[in-house]
Amino acid sequence: MSTDSKEVLLTMKDLRIEGRADEAWLEIVKGVDLTLHRGEVLGLIGESGAGKSTIGLAAMGFARDGCRISGGEIMFDGIDMRASSESELRSLRGRRIAYVAQSAAASFNPAHKLIDQYSEAPVQHGVMARSEAEGDATDLYRRMQLPNPDEIGFRYPHQVSGGQLQRAMTAMAMACRPDLIIFDEPTTALDVTTQIEVLAAIRNIVEQFNTAAIYITHDLAVVAQMADKIKVLLKGEEVEEADTPTMLSAPKEDYTKSLWAVRSHMREEQPPVRDSTPIVAVRNVTAGYGPIDVLKDVSFDIHQRRTVAVVGESGSGKSTTARVITGLLPPRRGEVLFNGEALPADYRKRSREQLRHAQMIYQMADTALNPKLRLRELIGRPAQMYLGLQGKQLEDRIRNLLDLIELEPDDYIDRLPSELSGGQKQRIGIARALAAEPQFIICDEVTSALDQLVAEGILKLLDKLQTEFDLAYMFITHDLATVRAIADEVVVMKEGMVVEQGPKSEMFQPPHDPYTELLLSSVPEMDPNWLTELLEKRAAAG
Amino acid sequence: MGFLTGLAWLVAIVIGVIAIGWTFRAFTVAISPKPLAKELRTAPLTASFGMVIILIYIIVAIFAPAIAPFSETEIVGREYEPWDDTFLLGTDNLGRDMLSRLIYAARNTVGIAFITTALAFILGSVAGLLAATVGGWIDQLLSRAVDVLMAIPALIFALLLLTIVGTSIINMILVIALIDSTRVFRLARAVAMNIVVMDYVEAAKLRGEGLWRLISREILPNALAPLVAEFGLRFCFVFLTISALSFLGLGIQPPTADWGSMVRDNATLMTFGDITPLLPAGAIALLTVCVNWVVDWQLHRASGLKE
Amino acid sequence: MAHVWGMILKRLALGVVTLFVVSILIFMATELLPGDFAQEILGQSATPETVKALREQLGLDQPLLTRYLSWLGDILRGDLGNSLANGNSVSELIGKRLGNTLYLALYAAAIAVPLSLTLGILAALYRNTFFDRFANAAALTSISFPEFFVAYILIFWLAGAGGIFPSMSNFRTDPTLSEFLYRAFLPALTLTLVVTAHMMRMTRAAIINLLASPYIEMARLKGMSPIRVIVKHALPNALAPIINVIALNLAYLITGVVVVEVVFVYPGLGQLMVDSVSARDMPVVQGVALVFAGAYVLLNLTADVLATLSNPRLVHGR
Repeated sequence: MSTDSKEVLLTMKDLRIEGRADEAWLEIVKGVDLTLHRGEVLGLIGESGAGKSTIGLAAMGFARDGCRISGGEIMFDGIDMRASSESELRSLRGRRIAYVAQSAAASFNPAHKLIDQYSEAPVQHGVMARSEAEGDATDLYRRMQLPNPDEIGFRYPHQVSGGQLQRAMTAMAMACRPDLIIFDEPTTALDVTTQIEVLAAIRNIVEQFNTAAIYITHDLAVVAQMADKIKVLLKGEEVEEADTPTMLSAPKEDYTKSLWAVRSHMREEQPPVRDSTPIVAVRNVTAGYGPIDVLKDVSFDIHQRRTVAVVGESGSGKSTTARVITGLLPPRRGEVLFNGEALPADYRKRSREQLRHAQMIYQMADTALNPKLRLRELIGRPAQMYLGLQGKQLEDRIRNLLDLIELEPDDYIDRLPSELSGGQKQRIGIARALAAEPQFIICDEVTSALDQLVAEGILKLLDKLQTEFDLAYMFITHDLATVRAIADEVVVMKEGMVVEQGPKSEMFQPPHDPYTELLLSSVPEMDPNWLTELLEKRAAAG
Repeated sequence: MGFLTGLAWLVAIVIGVIAIGWTFRAFTVAISPKPLAKELRTAPLTASFGMVIILIYIIVAIFAPAIAPFSETEIVGREYEPWDDTFLLGTDNLGRDMLSRLIYAARNTVGIAFITTALAFILGSVAGLLAATVGGWIDQLLSRAVDVLMAIPALIFALLLLTIVGTSIINMILVIALIDSTRVFRLARAVAMNIVVMDYVEAAKLRGEGLWRLISREILPNALAPLVAEFGLRFCFVFLTISALSFLGLGIQPPTADWGSMVRDNATLMTFGDITPLLPAGAIALLTVCVNWVVDWQLHRASGLKE
Repeated sequence: MAHVWGMILKRLALGVVTLFVVSILIFMATELLPGDFAQEILGQSATPETVKALREQLGLDQPLLTRYLSWLGDILRGDLGNSLANGNSVSELIGKRLGNTLYLALYAAAIAVPLSLTLGILAALYRNTFFDRFANAAALTSISFPEFFVAYILIFWLAGAGGIFPSMSNFRTDPTLSEFLYRAFLPALTLTLVVTAHMMRMTRAAIINLLASPYIEMARLKGMSPIRVIVKHALPNALAPIINVIALNLAYLITGVVVVEVVFVYPGLGQLMVDSVSARDMPVVQGVALVFAGAYVLLNLTADVLATLSNPRLVHGR
């Protein structure tokens, strides 16, 4: 993106922000400096807790409830934001600095039409008359490549899809033609194929109006497409800053290098098994809720010591497949075989042995662990129940399991889940599944709620355990990088149907099914020119 | 009483509450072990004051015979004697000592309200947790039955049932416990519903856990906090209902001392500008306020809402 | 839009069913009376012959279903039977007093609803300020007071020696409007104090619940003023809970008048009911309970329908 004018728009010096924890104030942003020129796009990148959003909001002179800007200087176009009154700040917000939130679906007011929300800022700030704003909205909707730009504004948020809402929100941010827009993870909640359209539209409009932007994300490949320069943050402090090509090709700091290296973990693919009986076989399953079939004639096999990745976007039926296998949702047609024998469709009719051999690890470790039970009971219960372990034997087994998931038994055995980090909670989920000594584990998006480095650790652990205990995994994910890292075989799902399946090596080589092709090509790559080239290629293909 | 006098009283009361609340909080924080002290420090002055008063009520209720100068039912003087050295708060419409009856009533009224609430709670929360966990037709049956029972306003329903079974203490306890358990059921079911959809409950079901263990280990521990706070609210409600019924002459029956009926029996004094009948009413109000203040603090903490 | 009307129709049907079941419950009350109803009326000294005669007269020898249907039929024609105490028609007794009770409830509602909404919005706007804390503590206090305590304090304060308002509302049959407003002021004020506190707290809570929503943050980041954020962005989304609270409190006003009517000797339905419960005058109790329950069901029904209509997700389908 262009940096024609070198006029400085925003500077932050030694910015410090505190958050309230119990009684005390804790520093969450610890002295960050930042300079942004007119028309320049800065990418802020870091893991959760890095303080990205907090810094982005501080650029508007805004601190969330329970936070306060405690030190430093924020200058926006010659205005000292920290010295400005609340009403002076209000007249800047929405007019000269705008904000695009992570979830457009939650950030649009459900009670008002899109165009009313669009016109609010221009009319209230006295920039435009209402009728003028409405005409302008249509124009911007068109530039954001929204379908039916003349009509879409008269819909309520719940009548518009997520990707379109995110574009409408960017249009709304543009309404007063601000000098600066803060994009706070605008595509994180979207599927990869939708993400491309939104990224392209955002980049396009920011260029058209020569608007400066702060682009906040945790996704390196995304920020590589959007930003002129990148600042890496860790726990409220700056790690390093450089222009995008330099940052990608030659990061200086170890932390940045480790972030870059994350995607390199790749598991040796195991050769496909042909003749033995699969541990789990899904046979022509059709299932759904109410009158709607969510799954249509789904079949695939999972063999011992193999990982089958089930890939698809939201609504493709991945998780429903897991519910059918576990017996939570009896299928309308078809069946699930376990070691060649049909499993009862309803989990309540399955024997203890059948339940024991199919374990599950959940996406959100927070809701998957009973917050009132200690790790001893959380992990010990399956061992006690299925294997009849008691007393000393049980204690030894719990300690052994904690060792396996690389947590120090003496330190952790009597903790509550609330005393663990996100990654540690997920490890407890794994230990609980292992405690049953199963043959098969379903991993439902187990890494998608975790930061990249932590997710990497979980994947490595799962990999190690698979070899050690001859486990079969079904790995549900929407993230193709995870698939590359861990799968032996891949099942691609779309709208409840399997569109393609086979060994990983074949899946990532053309020729593809058209949908697989779309999915694969939509995953952002670390090359700053990737988006441009992809859009050109797609335009050429028509 | 003039408007200004009233205002002066109000200010005095507010200052008193703040002073007592502050002193109690400082005192308990100083003598409690660390984790407890940390929690107590978060108590607003109102809640702290509430705890003092609740404590006093409990002590008075337990040691009523030791504290009261006279017996509960004995006629010790003429009717409506004024306040003096023997009868600190005068005598009532039959010539019984007002102060003694006030003290005994703490035992009777609060005790009965407590038993009723406990009964309503056991009934309502067991049914509510069961309905949410088992689901299906049991849930449908219980929920529809509660819907119908709740379609009749509580006080009216209580009056209707009391007409049928007649007014006695036991009848009143049962009737109010039954009516109130419908409200507890609603809450317990709603709370449990939010827990039942959690992955850890699904995991327990898939593990093959039985119903008893699901409720006792997975659901109940997580539902306890809101249920305990609700217990306070329900207690207030039951307490006020019983007082209202007694005031209407349909609740706790003479000669048992009870605040609601004491107001009714002595209301005549009000016309002569004597505030004695307001004392039992005030006793009711004070306890309810205090419980509400403590519950409000607990609810606020539980919600974790840092406004 | 079509399926909203479907939902509303369904809700109406459910309301009718509820009323029906409530009528069965109230009817069954007589059946559950211990001992014989006719015996109960005539007392222990009655001869078996007179009891038998009365049983036939009351139709007690008929099967349960027949009696229920004829009872229901009578009610639908407006005949609620006769009082056991004085033989008067229950419909007439209720008719005379229903108006009084409704006027009193309306009087209190007319003050309480606007007052509590305003206070609730102001408390949400100035949350955590002294005003908010004071309003909250005061509201919690007034919720905790038994109605008769509030009533007596008001009498003491405003009606006692040299007071301005009458402590008895025992007015002649047809008061003029100004006389009604004057004489019923204290009971109405008592009711207002009790329900305002509750409504105010719920309004405040409903709004504050929403203040953590991303769309409220968005409105603030668009530079909108605090008042506009509350009124334009939070309030429309808090309508459903607020409507429910108003309905709940109006229902409470109609039934909660019982105690207040007794204190102020106000000639309404509540007084009638309390007198009849003491006398175990079943037909009157049944009649009054039916009226109260009917009003309650209707109010809840209206609230549900309004809440449905206030939700854009339901009104404007996909």
